[in-house]
Formats: sequence, C-alpha cells, structure tokens
Amino acid sequence: MPDAALYLTILIALPFVGSVIAAFFPTNARNAEAWLAGTVSLTNLVITIMFLPSVRNAKVVRAEYEWLPDYGLNFIARLDGFAWCFSILIFGIGFLVVLYARYYMSPADPAPRFFSFLLAFMGAMTGVVLAGNLIQLVFFWELTSLFSFLLIAYWHHNQNARDGARVALTVTAAGGLCLLGGMLIIGHIVGSYDLDVVLASGDRIVSHALYLPTLLLVAMGALTKSAQFPFQFWLPRAMAAPTPVSAYLHSATMVKAGVFLLARLWPVMSNHEYWFWIFASVGVLTLLIGAFMALFQQDLKGLLAYSTISHLGLITLLLGLGSPLAMVAAVFHIINHATFKASLFMAAGIIDHEAGTRDVRRLGGLFRAMPITATLAMVAAASMAGVPLLNGFISKEMFFTETIESHGNSVLDNNLPYLATLAGMFSVAYSVRLIDQVFFGPAATDLPRKPHDPVIWMLVPIGLLVLICLLIGILPGPTVGGFLATAVQGVLGPQLPSYSLAVWHGFTPALIMSFVALIGGVVTYFTLKTYLSGNIEGAPVLRRLKGKRIFERAIVILSWRWARRIADIVGTTRLQPQLRLLLLIAMLAALWPLSAGALASGALALDVDWPFAVDPSFVLLWIVGCGCALGAAYQAKYHRLAAVIIMGGAGLATCITFAWLSAPDLALTQLLVEIVTTVLLLLGLRWLPQRLEDTGVRISFGARLRRLRDLGIAIVGGAGLAAIAYAVMTRPQINSISSTFLERAYSEGGGRNVVNVILVDFRGFDTLGEITVLGIVAITVFALLRRFRPARVSVEAPRQKRFQNQFDADRYDAPKAGIAAHYMIVPGLIMRLLFPVVAMMAVFLFMRGHDAPGGGFVAGLTFAIAFILQYMAGGARWVEARLRVLPVRWIGVGLLVAAATGLAALVFDRPFLTSAFQYADLPVLGRVPLASALVFDFGVFSLVLGATVLVLIALAHQSIRIYRAMAAAKAAETDAIEEAR
Amino acid sequence: MELVIAIAIGVLASSGIWLLLRPRTFQVIIGLSLLSYAVNLFIFAMGRLRAGAPPVLGPSGTGDLATYADPLPQALVLTAIVISFAMTALFLVVLLASRGLTGNDHVDGREVDP
Repeated sequence: MPDAALYLTILIALPFVGSVIAAFFPTNARNAEAWLAGTVSLTNLVITIMFLPSVRNAKVVRAEYEWLPDYGLNFIARLDGFAWCFSILIFGIGFLVVLYARYYMSPADPAPRFFSFLLAFMGAMTGVVLAGNLIQLVFFWELTSLFSFLLIAYWHHNQNARDGARVALTVTAAGGLCLLGGMLIIGHIVGSYDLDVVLASGDRIVSHALYLPTLLLVAMGALTKSAQFPFQFWLPRAMAAPTPVSAYLHSATMVKAGVFLLARLWPVMSNHEYWFWIFASVGVLTLLIGAFMALFQQDLKGLLAYSTISHLGLITLLLGLGSPLAMVAAVFHIINHATFKASLFMAAGIIDHEAGTRDVRRLGGLFRAMPITATLAMVAAASMAGVPLLNGFISKEMFFTETIESHGNSVLDNNLPYLATLAGMFSVAYSVRLIDQVFFGPAATDLPRKPHDPVIWMLVPIGLLVLICLLIGILPGPTVGGFLATAVQGVLGPQLPSYSLAVWHGFTPALIMSFVALIGGVVTYFTLKTYLSGNIEGAPVLRRLKGKRIFERAIVILSWRWARRIADIVGTTRLQPQLRLLLLIAMLAALWPLSAGALASGALALDVDWPFAVDPSFVLLWIVGCGCALGAAYQAKYHRLAAVIIMGGAGLATCITFAWLSAPDLALTQLLVEIVTTVLLLLGLRWLPQRLEDTGVRISFGARLRRLRDLGIAIVGGAGLAAIAYAVMTRPQINSISSTFLERAYSEGGGRNVVNVILVDFRGFDTLGEITVLGIVAITVFALLRRFRPARVSVEAPRQKRFQNQFDADRYDAPKAGIAAHYMIVPGLIMRLLFPVVAMMAVFLFMRGHDAPGGGFVAGLTFAIAFILQYMAGGARWVEARLRVLPVRWIGVGLLVAAATGLAALVFDRPFLTSAFQYADLPVLGRVPLASALVFDFGVFSLVLGATVLVLIALAHQSIRIYRAMAAAKAAETDAIEEAR
Repeated sequence: MELVIAIAIGVLASSGIWLLLRPRTFQVIIGLSLLSYAVNLFIFAMGRLRAGAPPVLGPSGTGDLATYADPLPQALVLTAIVISFAMTALFLVVLLASRGLTGNDHVDGREVDP
C-alpha cells in the first residue's frame, strides 16, 4: 500500500479532528453530527480494510515520527494483524453505534458533546491499538479512561451517572498509573520502549529479577480496565451511560483494552508460572462470579454488564493458560463477544426506549409488540449462551477444549473443565432468562409507554451484527478463518498452531460439556424462575461481596478523612502563623550560606572604623527616620492617622537618602509615590473602624508571650538584614554588569540618563511587564470597588465631621456646604491655578527623561498628582463636571503604545522592543533627541497616569456613592411607611 | 555612612516585620510599606554608597563605574517603588472589602479569642 505511514497517521488523527469539528456544531444538529461521525468511522474502516494485504502473515506496517528525541522516544504508529483486527472492531462497531445513536439520542440531548466525545474516544482507542511504543500506549490508554468518564457522565444531571463516571475513572485511571510503572520497568529491562524491540526481546523480561513487580503492575492496568475481579464493580455502575456508549465502550472496545494488552505482551511475558496463576485464577473467578451475578440482575443493562464481566473473565483465563491454542480461542472470542454483546446492548436500549423501563420483572410478552427486535435479540442471546450454529458456540467450544488440556497439572488446572461447565450453565441460565422474561410470558400491562418496533435505522445495526453472528456460526472457516489467522499471527508470529474452525468435530468432550451446560442452564433457570421474579436485588451470598463499598470507604478515608487530618495538623487558615513561618524560612535561607564555616573564617567580619567620617546632618536625618519608623509601628493600631503621617517621615528620609547618594531619579519617584500613597491611605481611613481607644485592659500572659516572640523575630530579622547590608557595602564591588550599561547607554540607547535608558530600552521588556501588572492592579482595584459594600458602622459620617457640621450650624446661618467651601477657598484657588503648572512640570520631566532625571514613571505620577489636587480642591463632582477623566482609556492607550513600539521593531526585522534613535533640530526647542524609546516611555507615562488616577478616584468616589446609597435606602424606607399607611 | 544606612535598614525592617505579624489589617499595610523602604534601600545599597557621583553621563557620552553612580540598582529600585505603590493600593482595597464583608478588620476576617 503506498504511503502506508500517511494512512496509519490518518487512522489515529482523523477521529480527533472529527471530534474537534463535532464540538462546534449547534446543539440540535443530530443529523450533521451523525453524518460526520459516520463518515469518519467509515473512512477509517475502509482504510483499515485496505491494509489487510500488508498485515497478513505476521507482517507489520510502521510509521515513525520524532516525539521526544532527548528521551529516545518516537511516536510510532504500528499495525499488525492483531491491531488490525481490533481496528476493524473499533471502526466497524463504531460506525454501527453512530448510526444507532442518531436515533437513540433524544432531540433534547446536546448532540455535539456526545459525538465529539465519542469520536475522541474512537481516536484514543485507535491510539491504544496502533501504539508502537509503550509510553504512547499508556498515554492513549489513559485518554480512553478520560473519555469513558466524560461519556458515562453524559447525562450529568443524573447522580448515578456522575457517581458511576467517577468510580470508573478512579479505578481505570489508577490502573493506568500502575501500567505506566510497569511499562517503565519493561523499558528499563529491555532498554527501549519500542514495541517491536520489546517483542523481540525473547525471555529477557521473564528471566529478569524485576519480573514479578512488572507483572503485577501490568496486571493492575489490564485487570482494572477489563473489569476483572476484584475491580469488576465499576462496570455495572458505568451502565448509567447512554446505551450507545455501553454498547461501544463497555462491551465491544474499551473494556477489551485490558485483554488486548495482555495479548500484546503475551509473547514476552506469559512464559512463567506467575502469569498462569494470576490470570488463570482471576479469569476463572471473574468468569464464575460474573455469570452467577448476571443471573440475579433485575436491570437489563446490569445483566448484560455482569455477562460482559464474565466473558472478559473467560478471555483473561484463556490468555492466562499460556498456550498458543488458547490464544487463538481468546482472539476468536474477543471478536464474537463484540458482535453479540454490542447487538444485545443496542436491543436493550431499544427496549428501554420503547417500553420506558429496563426492569426485567416488569417487562414481558414483548415478542408480540416488537417482533423484529425480539427475534434479533433472541438470536444474539442464543449466541451468548453458546447455542450451536451461532458464533458464541464455536468459540465457547474452543474454550471448553482448552480447559480440558493440561497446563501444568495444578489443582486449578485439573478442575478447570468443571468450573468452565458451571460458568457455562449460568451463562445459559441468564440468557434464557433474558429471552423468556422479556419477550415471552404474559404481556406487561403497566409499562410507562406502549412498546413497538423502532425505526428501521435503529434495527439495521443490530441486524448486521446478528447476521455476522449467524454467518460465523454456520460457516466459520470461509467467513472468519482468514481474519482470525491474520489476527493471531499478529501475536504469535507466522507459525500458527493447528486448529480447525468447524461446527461439527464429532462427539468430543467439549461437545458433551456444551450440552451439559445448555441443559443444566435451562433447568437452573426454570427452577429459580419464581425466586428471580420475586423482590430480590442482587445475587444471594455474593450480594455481600461489596467491592464497591470497600472502594467507596477507601476513597472517603483517603480523600477526605486523612486529607482533612493532615490539613488540620500542618495547615492553618490564619494569616499570622503563615507569615511567621514565611519570615522564619526566609531568615533560615539567609543563614544557610553562613553555616558552611564562612563565619568562622572571618570572611564576613564586620569592620567598623571608629570614629568614622560622616556628615552629622545625615545621622540626624536617620535618627528622625528611624524614630518615624518606630513611631509608625507603635501607632498603627491605635492612631492610624498618626501612623500614616509618621510613616511619611520615614519615606521622606528614604527619599533624601536617595538624593544624597547620587540617585536623583529614585528621589523623585520616591517623593511622588509618597504623596500618592499618603492620599490613598487617607482616603482608605474613612472606611476603617472607629479609632480604638487603649482601654488599658490587662493583656493576658499568653498574648504578652506572643508579642515577645514576634518582637524577637522582628529584631533578629532587622539586625540580620542590617548586618548583611553592612557587610556588602564595606566590601569592594566586583564584576558588575552595570559598567556595560554605562558604556553603551549613549552609544546604543541614545540617552545620558542611564537609569532611564535601562528602563525603556535595555530592559524594556521588563518594564512592559511591570506596567502591565500596574494596569491589572488598577483595574482590579476599580472592579473591587464597584461592588464595594462598606461595613455598616462606617456608613454614617464620621464623628469628627458630624461635630464640625454641628459647630458650623450653630455659628453661621449659611448653608453647610457653603461653610465647608469657605474653608477651602484659598487653598482651592491655589490648587486650581497649580494644575497647568504641575501639568507643564510633568511634560518637562517626561521630555528630559532620556538625558536627565525624569522619565515616564515620574511624569505619570506628577500628572496624576495634578489631577488629585483638583479633586481635593473642588471635590469629585466639581472636577468631573469640568474635566473628562478617562483613566481606563489612558491605561489602554499606554499599554497599546508600549506594545506597538515593541512590535514596530519587528517590522524592521529586529527583535521585539529594539529601539532606534537620532537627533533632530527643531525650531524653538533646538536640538532634541528623538528615540523610539521615547514613544515607549510615553506608553509608560500614560499607563502610570491612568492607573494612579483610576485607583485614587475609584476610592474617592465611594464617599459620593455612599450618600447616594443612603438616600436611596431612606427613600425606600419612606415609601414602605407610606404604603403601610 | 554605611553604618548609618545599615542601621536604618535594620530599624525599618524590624518595624515592618513587627507590624506584619500584627492582627489588624491596617498594621499590615503600614508594615509592608516600611518593609519596602528597607528592601529598596537594601537593593540600592548593593550598588555601594556614593555621595556626589554624577548619575547622568557627561557630554562625552561614556562613563565607568569609578566615576559614575551605579545605574543598575537604581533602575531596579525605581520599578520596585512603583510596584510597591500598586501593592499597597490593591491590599488597601482588599482589606476595605474584607471589612465590608466581615464587619471587622482582623487579618483572618474574624476576631480570635485572646
């Protein structure tokens, strides 16, 4: 086949592409969705069929792409006969399920979600069977679990669906995790994750010391996925899914992934007695338990689910036996089970749809009402029971033959024929029960709906599958012989064991077992018939086998009790302990490098030359500064206003220090930020609780101790920081990258103010990030304040203001507002006159920024202060009646301009934010530097201005809002009183 | 000079840390501001203290660290000052909203029994 690699890739990719497309259709587009999904599955089916000649006789097709070359991992799509057989199941049954689902889903169900997930699952499952590399297999394996989860929970308004989905995901995904562990060990043993290399490794895995852990991990993955004992409980709960999902995922394909994996690794792992013991015993247990439990189910889908578990147990048992003939039987049964069980599920869906219930006891006599459905379901059920001339009979007879063969002469092996016959009996019994109680007997009278045969297109998929059952059952050799050989060769290699596919092999022991099972099953059913129609739920004895309940308890303990206990012990919802821990960790981290003997060696000694030369006024500055810091710390609790003002003193000391120590830019910024911060905090004070009075209540000993501890932390932290700072400052500076900036600022950035050049040019990207943060903060503040509800006690005007108003009212006759305005008349006028001056100052600072102290940050803050002054002078209403203040727009413009400047560099084929500059001679102004960085700086300016103004104004507006809210509340109250009268 | 700055950093940081560990939201705001003064001074001091060194390049357009002030810590601190303003603003609004919702100004939103 030409372009094999391309077609293989299409097989995996097409369903995923379809899934994405399907997600975008309108909710009610059932037809379009079905056409899309049907086309995808049919296309893939045709491609797969075309691959048949390339995979015959144990040939393999591969397509390899680089995936993670550093880890030696390639994405490999690999198709052999076995994967080919599975692909036919995935796409063939997938197509039929899509056709069925089109008519099954009601118009109210959102179609895009269903078909999108279904196609994605199809892609994931294809990924599993076509995986040519172990890690890739696990990846798609987990994807199938995920989409199974989403599909089970499709009707997520239903509690059962949600629970079932969660249990299924927890069990299968946990198994997948174990599988990943197993695959990693296999990769370690073999030295490659490539499946072909692994399959060619012979006995290396089996003879390796890590064989048992590998086997256990792989078994966990396979057994959970195929719902084998003791993990079988998730499958019946998954029946809350829509029936097409049950038919497709939970009988035909996904649950087969477990046995698929066992068959895949069979050539390199099965040659060991552990393999036999684990899988044969788990298989036979599941086979028996599943068949026994199925007999006692009252829910039609529950019966089918347990029957599926039982049949999967049968396949696991066959794979566990480890003989090539058993492998043939297993592969054959995988095919047969998929055909009859999928058709039975679809029939069950029709019955549920038409009759309105799935309870076997309430149904009855449906043969008359829906003869076609009944006939098809009966043939499929007979195949499930193993009646001759149907495909179930042939593979079951192969199974019986295999159980008689000896595989190691153990107790288990010797008793297998009897156990198998017993399971066969139950299988016949539940099949007969299904036929008898649903289709025959007296017609049910109390059904929610009047049943009749559905539209033809719902029956076609079932009919096709049943036809296959019959064809294989009557003429096994010509119909399925070639396919089966191809599939088995994919696992066993070109050398096939000798087997014959025929209906009649003479009077063999297997035939006798079949007849014993058939007769025994019928007898069992009719003996138990009255009991089964009674008020029982679940099987006797085994009802106590509550894997589900153990699972739930384990989940509760793990995810709730233990988690909460750990959270109680190590976690806290209180901020103070968290901050304390953070500080202690930070201090320990700072101490860490010192512990390595650096202290002892004297490399960090603090030498103080005493007496040292220092300007006394500088010392005085910091005596005041430190006093302010301590005062603010002391006053922050009882006298907030004082604390804000005193803190400003410490800020000013910092500001003067910057100016003193040759950092004029910093001094400017610090001064402006100090002003803005003070205004901000003053605005906030209005909404904080009343000033606390120091009541002089004695503090408890515990609180005193806590304070002492905090004081200790504070002193140690401060002293440590001071010591580090002093140690660094008294040592010469080495290897700083600063000199590079100094050298290149003018030649490459076109500016003499190196700090500004660093900000807008060399590190422009950082600045862009920073102003973005600033914009986000401002908008967050704005958004938070839009829904601001002050505390009830803060709504009223503060005490001082009421006192002042009262005082004014007593002294003057003029209205209150007039008096308040009088106080502000002189400073107000000055502030108004200052607006153009401050604004001009801002422009000046901005323009000179590149060559002298100034720049976008400083200019933005200055301009913002010009605005704030107007608000202070005239009040928000006065300003907004005269000026259009649009801070959000300024933020947007600033960010766009800054980003656009960066992008402009891309136009000239330079990296993002590369700047260009030159000097221009302008009239009046003279020689002016024109750098693109100036435009960037304008963005910074605009954003800083917008952000600062937005934050302050949003806070200032609360005072207006609150009066409006109060007035509204009062009006509503008056209305209510009026109405009451 | 170095000793004075070191002591100043220490006192500012101590006051800030002490306030950070207090239970009232306003104390924490003031504490953060004081701590950011300390940290800004600390970063600035990493470029060594130089009184009277020119911060802006002369007409020649070139310079070296021996004569000029270190621009790098200055650039770092300049952005830090602006960001600390943004942080103070955001924190102030969050604490106001929290007070509106919970009715008290404790950092945990509820008074803890002493």
